[in-house]
Amino acid sequence: MTPDPVRPDPAMPGPATTDTVTTDTVTTDTAMTNTVPADTAMTDTSTPDSVTTGTLTSDAVAPHPATTVPVTGDAVTGDAVTGDAVTGDAAAPRAVRCRGLRYSFGRTRAVDGVDLTVASGEVFGLLGPNGAGKTTAIRCLTTLLPVPPGTVRVFGHDAARERMAVRRMIGYVPQQLSADASLTGRENVALFARLFDVRRRERAERVALALEAVGLADAADRMAGTYSGGMVRRLELAQALVSAPRLLMLDEPTIGLDPIARTAVWEHITAIRAATGMTVLVTTHYMDEADQYCDRVALMHAGRVQALGTPERLKAALRDRRGDGAAPTLEDVFRDVVGGDLGAGEEGGDFRDVRRTRRTASRLG
Amino acid sequence: MSVAPAGRPPASADPAAAPGLAPLLTAPRARPGWWVPPARVGAMCLVELQKLRHDRAELYTRAVQPALWLLIFGETFTRIRAIPTGGVPYLDYLAPGIIAQSAMFIAIFYGIMIIWERDSGVLTKLLVTPTPRAALVTGKAFAAGIKALIQAAVVLVLATLLGVALSWNPLRLLGVAVVVLLASAFFSCLSMSIAGIVLTRDRLMGVGQAITMPLFFGSNALYPVDVMPDWLRAVSAVNPLSYQVDALRGLLVGTPSHLPLDFLVLLAAAAAGITAASCLLGRLAR
Ligand SMILES: Nc1ncnc2c1ncn2[C@@H]1O[C@H](COP(=O)(O)OP(=O)(O)OP(=O)(O)O)[C@@H](O)[C@H]1O
Ligand SMILES: [Mg+2]
Repeated sequence: MTPDPVRPDPAMPGPATTDTVTTDTVTTDTAMTNTVPADTAMTDTSTPDSVTTGTLTSDAVAPHPATTVPVTGDAVTGDAVTGDAVTGDAAAPRAVRCRGLRYSFGRTRAVDGVDLTVASGEVFGLLGPNGAGKTTAIRCLTTLLPVPPGTVRVFGHDAARERMAVRRMIGYVPQQLSADASLTGRENVALFARLFDVRRRERAERVALALEAVGLADAADRMAGTYSGGMVRRLELAQALVSAPRLLMLDEPTIGLDPIARTAVWEHITAIRAATGMTVLVTTHYMDEADQYCDRVALMHAGRVQALGTPERLKAALRDRRGDGAAPTLEDVFRDVVGGDLGAGEEGGDFRDVRRTRRTASRLG
Repeated sequence: MSVAPAGRPPASADPAAAPGLAPLLTAPRARPGWWVPPARVGAMCLVELQKLRHDRAELYTRAVQPALWLLIFGETFTRIRAIPTGGVPYLDYLAPGIIAQSAMFIAIFYGIMIIWERDSGVLTKLLVTPTPRAALVTGKAFAAGIKALIQAAVVLVLATLLGVALSWNPLRLLGVAVVVLLASAFFSCLSMSIAGIVLTRDRLMGVGQAITMPLFFGSNALYPVDVMPDWLRAVSAVNPLSYQVDALRGLLVGTPSHLPLDFLVLLAAAAAGITAASCLLGRLAR
């Protein structure tokens, strides 16, 4: 039995067990995402939330010994269950908590009622096919898209009311390869050091360290336009790291990369996470990557979270339900959750999505 | 039985495990609010200078057009003496107009860069830094100003080489720099505002080309306001380019001008431009 390797946040010292709240709720229907609690304004610091064990998983994995989790056996309550017997969490608010998040582009409901909680220190994967609404959800969390007050909180700060505070805590790597091709790698990182108010005397050192952490020390003074796709991704990681964010948000960090570059990017992400205790929120549509590197995943489809939990539990739940002994992959879980709807999912990504993906895959212009 | 997949890191959050990263563990403290806009303007201008340093070709190619204006148009009209300039040789009269024009051309297409940055995700990332939108727009506006300023210096040298007697008084040159910066801030904000409305590069190119000529010919850059028909005078009176040219001519050639009014109008125009562009920047963020 391996407890989720959730690390305490160094910026918020506290007993290591306080974060290991197992928040796995597997729902095969969408009822969970619809139960938007009326008290969206509940304070993050006082009510540790989302301690539930879903019906499907209540016996699959025993709760972490340090947390006495009352098994409600009621998946529908989902995140709305509050006031459980987990104590000592007051000092460490959740890295991300969003409640009933919705966003529409015109008549397209890109995000349609998402409830999510990302614990401090975990690697959380948001999975889904093209057009599922992953990018839109991330953009809501980063303050790029306007959200109503009370729907999104990042480390206890409201994304609508305290934009600057939220931005100071996040490092964001968008889906496109977004380094500036007409600057060197070092200049790219230094710009972000300046924009996050890194003091002049620390700047050169921090920039060099960030570049070193992603293995770009040697290429630092080359123009970013000459970098390969994998190098650009790592450069973007360095740009996000230089301000010491507590939450790293990576939108499809490995899209369009070859397998070796993908592994390199993930290895840097995990090494950085191990060294800094950062929380990582990552989107991807590579189920195998999510299975390997994420502590918990949310499967998203058509703007909603369809299932949520550790990859092991999601797979175990499916195996138990099928009862045929074959070990399902996360992709099987996804197919199961989405139902026969995966074809529709493929259509969900319109031309725009595909074009964007293609552009991402190409080198910097 | 769940087994931790191989890719997971060892369960250790001890920063000592990676001693090299230690300085990256503390987030920089926030600066006071008044510090932020000038700091962001500085950062944006620096980036612009770094880009120019890496690619000087742009500097040279951009010098061609003003050189042609001065050489062909200027030399010819100096001979014809068709334009009443109040006793100043026409080439001298024209030089400040060409400085203003070439600076405007740079600024008015600056929005293309914003659209490019939007499409490439650079703008998205800038918008997620602790930078208020107005500070970001101001930074971009003055970055465009830096580019225009370098262009102005090039034209100034060109004109001197062609024998134009321009003032080299440092105070006057400082005034010239301020005028060019303010006017470029206005024109680049105009461009960013249009970018925020049309959202695509092609449409912005079209609109930019459609408005540069009226702005240029509807100003006193080539000929004095006195020779214009009444309707064109009205255009010139609301055209910031005219105030820029008036100020540059007064500072560089010493013709009678309305410096305080010019500065005031350019300052107000820049402020209005920054406000408009900040409001429209949100459309580019979506
Ligand atoms: N700026 C936009 N304007 C209009 N519609 C948009 C915009 N951005 C996204 N959409 C639509 O919203 C839906 C969700 O898009 P989103 O980019 O969030 O999906 P995604 O899960 O990130 O997909 P992908 O895997 O392709 O990146 C899609 O149907 C998409 O067409
Ligand atoms: Mg996406």
